[in-house]
Amino acid sequence: MKLLEGKELYYKYRKDYVLEDVNFKLNSGDFFAITGPNGGGKSTLVKNILGILSPTKGSIDISFEVKNGIDIGYVPQNTNINLEFPITVLDVVMMGNGAKHKSINRVFSFKYSSLEIECAKHSLQKVGMDCFLNSKISNLSGGQRQRVMIARAICSHPKLLILDEPTSSIDVQGQKEIYSLLKKLNETITIVVVTHDLTVISKYANRVLYINRSGYMHDLSNKNFALKDNEHICEVELMQMLGANNG
Amino acid sequence: MADILQYTFIQNALLAALLVSIITGIIGSLISVNKMTFLAGGIAHSSYGGIGLAIYLGLPIFLGASIFAIFSAVLIALISFKQRERVDIFIGLIWAVGMAIGIIFVDLTSGYNVDLMSYLFGSILAVNRDDLIFMFTLMVIVLLFIHLFYREILAVSYDSEYANLRGVKAKGFFVAILVLSALAVVVAIKVVGLILVIALMTIPTYIAELSSNSLYGMMIKASVLSTIFTISGLAISYEFDITSGASIILVSATFLILFLLFKKISTITSRF
Ligand SMILES: Nc1ncnc2c1ncn2[C@@H]1O[C@H](COP(=O)(O)OP(=O)(O)OP(=O)(O)O)[C@@H](O)[C@H]1O
Ligand SMILES: [Mg+2]
Repeated sequence: MKLLEGKELYYKYRKDYVLEDVNFKLNSGDFFAITGPNGGGKSTLVKNILGILSPTKGSIDISFEVKNGIDIGYVPQNTNINLEFPITVLDVVMMGNGAKHKSINRVFSFKYSSLEIECAKHSLQKVGMDCFLNSKISNLSGGQRQRVMIARAICSHPKLLILDEPTSSIDVQGQKEIYSLLKKLNETITIVVVTHDLTVISKYANRVLYINRSGYMHDLSNKNFALKDNEHICEVELMQMLGANNG
Repeated sequence: MADILQYTFIQNALLAALLVSIITGIIGSLISVNKMTFLAGGIAHSSYGGIGLAIYLGLPIFLGASIFAIFSAVLIALISFKQRERVDIFIGLIWAVGMAIGIIFVDLTSGYNVDLMSYLFGSILAVNRDDLIFMFTLMVIVLLFIHLFYREILAVSYDSEYANLRGVKAKGFFVAILVLSALAVVVAIKVVGLILVIALMTIPTYIAELSSNSLYGMMIKASVLSTIFTISGLAISYEFDITSGASIILVSATFLILFLLFKKISTITSRF
């Protein structure tokens, strides 16, 4: 079933187009990778999909299944978050649920119900961070913080999960863990991930969009990318493989 | 010492210290975590334009200051939606222009220069009933705002883009925080004066921030510390007959230095 489709998408911040004729189409259950050079427009595309930005030309169709904002989980690329902010891991994860949560007791909204805490614990468990529930965010390492951001994105049980370079500050072992987590989540939800790691693309993704201002999606599902565990390929090689297969 | 408590102006001053401390503890925390200290400075100084204008027109001073402060706050908010990166230039501009307007209107008002010092350095001993009502109302509004919208405020302050995605009206809350900051600045001017407002907003909140795990805890600590600093500063100023605003700030700064030293020493000794 079609979940998301971008048709002849254009976007500009100022006078030059940053996205120019971008096309892609996802079905639910896809593992969709977006890759491309720095400044290629990956984050801009993600923000267009999320609705933070709206396309200058062209359209993005989102299936009504995920129209509701809460149905999309999002892990931003490094944001300009105040790192000294006095806030606990629990507080951050709870933000994923949205402030409009029905069960909030308005007057004591600074307190969480035991149900909410259970829910936060559950998503932290998935990223291996449940023992940090009450830690102050500023006491965590960059990679640990990134895991918390993933927990925040999955705690509302979204149908679509969009991650913008989620493993850029995570150690090798951690990256493996995160991607096998994503693979597991992919059994029930659609994943969109921005990454430079072509090993990841070849191993997990069934569709890839290489974007350098303009971009077309490639279907990987019927291609053989079986790489050995420690094998790495570079972008040029990927393009050759895609090109070769596209005729 | 106890017998001075019978004077109405002392009672008023103590009450004002408490009310203003609760307001600045909460709003100062929001200003600090949102990294808006410079912005609050701009609002504080621009409100001098309102003070000058009110003196010239013979209006209530705090009405003039409030209107000017709110106007600057909304203006800065609108500019920052358009020009996020360079908003500091416009804050500097509003800061200076507001002061200039104030000075010119005071010049134009013949024979007025005595009381001006009290706006620059505060006049907590001259707080009257109307001021107290103003402060009390603002405190109630601030407390309601925080308790009704704590999650939204936390989400917007921590990561406004994400909060927006989650259905929080981030811009609306940003404007609300700025307008309340403007009013908090105006009441703080009564206690410590224009020049020292930012110190009252930042010193207690900085100590609170370093020792808190949550924004809510930070707000409570900052309010308590602020109350202690203002009341002890007031007592010292009465005892030695010095300007109360300045003595409040010096008490706060001394405490901050001791706190930082203590923190340093305790991290060093914990290594052994
Ligand atoms: N807020 C903005 N205002 C103006 N231009 C922007 C803005 N954000 C990004 N750009 C421009 O848009 C282009 C694409 O940026 P984008 O962040 O989408 O790239 P990216 O592919 O995500 O890069 P990276 O790999 O470094 O994350 C860049 O040339 C950048 O300068
Ligand atoms: Mg990016």
